[in-house]
Amino acid sequence: MRHGKWPLIVTFLVPPVLLYVVFVVSPYLQAFQISTTDWLGYSADANSVGLANFKTLWHDGYVWNALQNNAILLALVPVLTIVLGIFFATMLAMGGRKGRAGVTGVRGGAFYRTVYFFPQVLSVVIIALLWKEVYHPNKGLLTSALHALGLPSPTWLGDPATAFWCVLAVMVWSNVGFYVVLFGAAMSAVPKEIYEAVLLDGASRFTTLRRVTLPLLWDTVQVAWVYLAIFALDGFILVQLMTNGGPNFSTDVIGVRMYDTAFGSETKFGYASAIGVVMFFLTLSVAVLSLRVGRRDRIEYS
Amino acid sequence: MNRRDILRRSAAAGLLATPAAGLLAGCATGGGDDNDDTAAYKGTKSEQNPLGVKEDAPLEVVIFSGGFGEEYAKAHEAMYTEKYPKAKVKHSATQEISKTLQPRFVDGSPPDVVNNSGTGQIDFNGLVSQNALADLGELLAAPSLDVPGKTVKDTLLPGAVEIGSYDGKFLVLNYTYTAYGIWHSNKLFTERKWEYAKTWDEHIALCKQIKAAGIAPWTYAGIHPRYMSWPLISTAIKFGGPSVALALDNLEPNAWKSDAMKAAADAWHQIVKDKYILEGSPGLDHKQSQTAWCQGKAAFISCGSWLESEQKDVTPAGFNMTIAPTPSLGSGDKLPFEAIRGTAGEPFMVPAKARNVAGGLEYFRTMLSKKGAQDFTRKVASLTVVAGASDGVELPYGLSSVVKALDASGTNGFNWVYNNYYRKLERNLVDAACGEFFSGRIGPADFLDQCQKGADSIAQDSTVKKYKRAA
Repeated sequence: MRHGKWPLIVTFLVPPVLLYVVFVVSPYLQAFQISTTDWLGYSADANSVGLANFKTLWHDGYVWNALQNNAILLALVPVLTIVLGIFFATMLAMGGRKGRAGVTGVRGGAFYRTVYFFPQVLSVVIIALLWKEVYHPNKGLLTSALHALGLPSPTWLGDPATAFWCVLAVMVWSNVGFYVVLFGAAMSAVPKEIYEAVLLDGASRFTTLRRVTLPLLWDTVQVAWVYLAIFALDGFILVQLMTNGGPNFSTDVIGVRMYDTAFGSETKFGYASAIGVVMFFLTLSVAVLSLRVGRRDRIEYS
Repeated sequence: MNRRDILRRSAAAGLLATPAAGLLAGCATGGGDDNDDTAAYKGTKSEQNPLGVKEDAPLEVVIFSGGFGEEYAKAHEAMYTEKYPKAKVKHSATQEISKTLQPRFVDGSPPDVVNNSGTGQIDFNGLVSQNALADLGELLAAPSLDVPGKTVKDTLLPGAVEIGSYDGKFLVLNYTYTAYGIWHSNKLFTERKWEYAKTWDEHIALCKQIKAAGIAPWTYAGIHPRYMSWPLISTAIKFGGPSVALALDNLEPNAWKSDAMKAAADAWHQIVKDKYILEGSPGLDHKQSQTAWCQGKAAFISCGSWLESEQKDVTPAGFNMTIAPTPSLGSGDKLPFEAIRGTAGEPFMVPAKARNVAGGLEYFRTMLSKKGAQDFTRKVASLTVVAGASDGVELPYGLSSVVKALDASGTNGFNWVYNNYYRKLERNLVDAACGEFFSGRIGPADFLDQCQKGADSIAQDSTVKKYKRAA
């Protein structure tokens, strides 16, 4: 087989690498360069300003406010999504009461799986618009439900006290389904005998989850963590469509700040690139960090 | 999946997470080189062709497809090709002006005519400071297409040229003439025997009466609360005179905290304090709040004269929407009750690097002809900056109330332009402050503080070009 190796490698590797270099690596390198200019985006003139953009950024209260919101998202979205994801996946895989071994899912598991996965099929734009209507302060689903119960309702996206949490809830809602499937698949790879043995030893469901399932799923959880952390650092589309950072910047995230600086209320492309560069390093550090912290021994089933 | 895989993927995902930064860079390359096939089209100037249009040069027009749609532009283009049958007009319409056109500006191949409007509007400050716009001065001096003996400039309403001028150069053609005021349904008011109040105290009394009748006196676009900055600033200008607006536009220190602004903010705080605003309004966007108003859930709303065409689909028959000026604060007001904010709006521009600049100017001349303007008014029910162009055109109810209000206002009309000079100041900063103020989370003093802080941040930003206007 040795003699066909090179042509194969070249045909399969070169085009994707080339595409990657042209469309991902090179724009990124340019973004680094642009971030050191005062480019205003509508002419080809740009003067180098060194690190002035980064200095301004350091003192920019709006950027810090956005970063703070990203930090809260980073702390909450992965945890909530993963906890909910694991809970639902566990229920689907082994929550059923039928059978003494206890390793069947709840009744109607296929139905739930479909329901959970549903948000994944919708485009993010649709999700945002859908929830905007759910959060409609006068005739939305939530308000109407609360009013029907005779309870007062907040203005949801219209109030800085609630808007951020409303958006966060949508982020978790739209992500959970995917991780239910991911964790479900990982769980089905765990040999049934292990569970049967654990149950014979008299472990409760919760102990099983904590002592057996979670350690065995650790690799998958870690991947989920990295993805969700990156998502939390972005969060751009949902925020932009649902609140555009408002009211009073209470839902602002770094991605929206960058977009607004270049395409929204200003045309400061140099400064926006500087925000992008910061975002790049933040994302990279978060990814590396969560991989380091989560490092554990791999378990392989033979 | 091993660790390296994950890392690589996460890095890739990280890159995807910052799409705009990638885009920014992608556009920056290879721009600005002029080569032979991008040379400007030039024709010979003559009496028939004062702008020197090359008759077979193609013309590209990009329209913002918003409340006015794009049909009116197609009609203008047809008029253009009628005069220059050999010219091929390329028409396109989008809601995302900045995203669509930014690369083309950098590349040096922008379209010839751009209707720079909507939420995706390109910040004019950025365009002007980069010399990206063609000077329209020649257009003003050219003779009107169908008003004999007059130049294009002579046919325009007062203020139309000033608002599109930066440092004395006319760069932006604002095509429509817009009045900003407070709207109510004449039908509702007649039925209930209410009368629009001319003073603020009467207005508050009326609000009380309306609320007692089970209708919310006010609603507003809580997601875009800057709509409420318009009546508030108008109240201040009517109280303190046009110098209030001048100070705001020129970013004078503490302009937002002038006595007039304080008086206006205190007055408007009353409708918040007394809960005269439809519950839930802070969470409504402009369409939702306007619809609630059309459904009779609220009596007043602040908007410009585009309201009628924007709400066409949901306005009940016989609703009879009517615009009115903001109530006077008292007898000490410098401007009479009738004074209303009227200004040219809906900006059109010709990029400096467009290949067919002359064609772009000629297209504007077509738009500004009596025929072009009348057609526009008929199609989209909006006034244009062409004086007298709506004469003889049957106007819908709301628009005729706008015409009446503008007539009554006459030379007392006023305007401000800080939103054109510094888009961010109105769209982001004042907007956010209005959101806090009109939802009752902050009082008038904090509101003006927050606005002033926003204005100061613009004033101190050395990367933003500053413009001044004289009275």
